[in-house]
Amino acid sequence: MSRLAEFIFRRRGRNGWHWTDIVTWVWLIGGLFIMFGPAVWLVGSSFKSPAALAEFPPTIMPYVTQKATVEGYDKPLDLYEVTLPDGSKKVLAEVRRIGIVSQMVAPEKPTEIVKVNIAERTPVRTMSFATSNYSEPFTHFDFVRYLWNSVFVTVTATVITLIVNSMAAFALSKYEFRGRTFAMLLILATLMVPLSVIMVPLYSIVSALGLFNNLWGVILPTVATPTGVFILRQYMLTIPDELIDAARMDKASEWQIYWRIILPLTAPALAVLAIFSVVWRWNDFLWPLIVLSRKELYTLQVGLSIYSGELNVQWHFILAMTVVTMIPVVLVFIFLQRFITTGIAGTGLK
Amino acid sequence: MVPVRLLMGAVDAPLRFVQRRLGIGGMATFFLLPNMLIFGIFVLLPFFINFAYSMTGGTALFLPDRSFVGGDQYARLFDCVNYTNPNSCAEDTFWTAVGNTAWFVVLQVTLMILFSLVTALILNRDLMARSFWRAVFFFPVLLSPVVVGLIWKWILQRQGLLNFGLYSLGLEPHTWLNDRNWSFAATVGVSIWAHMGFYTLILLAGLQAIPKDLYEAAEMDGTRPARAFWRITLPLLMPNLLVVIVLVLIRAVQIFDEIYVLTGGGPGTSTLYITQYIYETGFATQLRNPGLAAAASILMGAVLVVLTLVQLGLGRKGEKKGARK
Repeated sequence: MSRLAEFIFRRRGRNGWHWTDIVTWVWLIGGLFIMFGPAVWLVGSSFKSPAALAEFPPTIMPYVTQKATVEGYDKPLDLYEVTLPDGSKKVLAEVRRIGIVSQMVAPEKPTEIVKVNIAERTPVRTMSFATSNYSEPFTHFDFVRYLWNSVFVTVTATVITLIVNSMAAFALSKYEFRGRTFAMLLILATLMVPLSVIMVPLYSIVSALGLFNNLWGVILPTVATPTGVFILRQYMLTIPDELIDAARMDKASEWQIYWRIILPLTAPALAVLAIFSVVWRWNDFLWPLIVLSRKELYTLQVGLSIYSGELNVQWHFILAMTVVTMIPVVLVFIFLQRFITTGIAGTGLK
Repeated sequence: MVPVRLLMGAVDAPLRFVQRRLGIGGMATFFLLPNMLIFGIFVLLPFFINFAYSMTGGTALFLPDRSFVGGDQYARLFDCVNYTNPNSCAEDTFWTAVGNTAWFVVLQVTLMILFSLVTALILNRDLMARSFWRAVFFFPVLLSPVVVGLIWKWILQRQGLLNFGLYSLGLEPHTWLNDRNWSFAATVGVSIWAHMGFYTLILLAGLQAIPKDLYEAAEMDGTRPARAFWRITLPLLMPNLLVVIVLVLIRAVQIFDEIYVLTGGGPGTSTLYITQYIYETGFATQLRNPGLAAAASILMGAVLVVLTLVQLGLGRKGEKKGARK
């Protein structure tokens, strides 16, 4: 492979830099910033207080203005470093601002008001992570509820997907029966019927079954994935039929053959499908948006989109919730990325 | 695992009875049944009902309650003086969405192929830590569309990172998502950012399957690298490339999730794409019209079927080529 690469973009001389080397590294380093940068910025922003989020230009790290409680004032006052007329610097608390003049007091002498031009003061700031962005949504937005709904949908749908698809794959790979080709073609045809094409009638069917505003209405339409059947069937075809014949001789039932022999041997393919299914179901958006209209049933994705579409977006909460929503997928990315990439490269299916 | 094992064991006894009744061959039907049932109810049935749906009017949800209107919904969609000017159409938002989607598809597919091909070629070089770099470009693929939309909405907003960058360079900040053209460009860019890693992966797999002795032979004949690219790399990558092109096309036509979160179709209708039109016509607006939405979804489905058939045809051709090797 190295020789091939060297050949495609041969360097001028072994040690010199060919223009393709420069393009490569510019592309890779640029890619690093463009691909990871936005997510990193999101995580950084999620620790900022609402006041810091409204600032422009924004700071890289989260800062807050220090406050002090001053005798005679109900609310804590913002602290500023002020350059006094004699050139000395002093920390004062701002009482109010009128135009370009700020009325300030020294925290230790609360009665004496000093008037300062706003150009001569800078806020006293310290770095502070607003962890309340993460803790408050749990009480504010029913966040636990959404989290639970998302986990429930993801786990249940994945388990059902694995069972139902592996059974179908077993039938399609290890049995000869009339209509097998037809069944295969039918499943293949599903690839041509994406959700966006059938969502109107599917909605009426789900409603007729009483599954509107029901998490099962989100789960059931997604579990018979053609992709799943294909991945598993391809894998099961490689399992020798002799194993099954031997088991039948030993009086194993067909169910036992499926459960005790085929499934354990299909474990690698099942693992790949499970990873895919978790990511798909966790990320699902359009269908849950249609089926779930009651707030307490929202999944994380629906909740996030609804709250971020409100007129007064509470960005500090939205950003923190977005980070939490990202976590499972980032974990999958860190630990299981290899399975996914080989899965995609092998089947070409997402 | 123990309760699962017990459960599966308990299932075995009644299934032995079923097996005695059906015979071994009949068990195939049993194994296929759950999948087929779910598939039939939630995919096949809606697919056929959709045609009936598109020929009915009114706002009632269930098919028996709806009045038959024949081809009226289609007639309404196609009632147009001049198809390139949505304002001359009875259903102007539909044609706006069609026009937007067409532009989006042309731009997004071209740029997506370009970016993922260049990235795949670069990743196919003799790189240090190649799997790391591959992961870098693959990272956004796993993110949910809602998260993607929110990340970029946050960056493109008035006080966002992009304006911060411009401000640092002494340039004028801009409200990107309030500008029709920038907002459209943002939908193209963000969807490429989110998905290019996926196609890069497929193309990279194709590049790595090209036998390297071809390049060695070409090198011995004194072939220049550029010529080797056009004569060896591109032709041998073509099956993969065609599959990727069709996949990108199919997904671009249906684009919805991240755009809905990012721009909501706006400003105005400048980033309203066809799936959002169907969603809003069928579910979201006050005067919802499921029949019209169904008719529009069938038209989109027809486009997708053609594209999928092309893909399957190309896939088969690719397989045959692979078999000959």
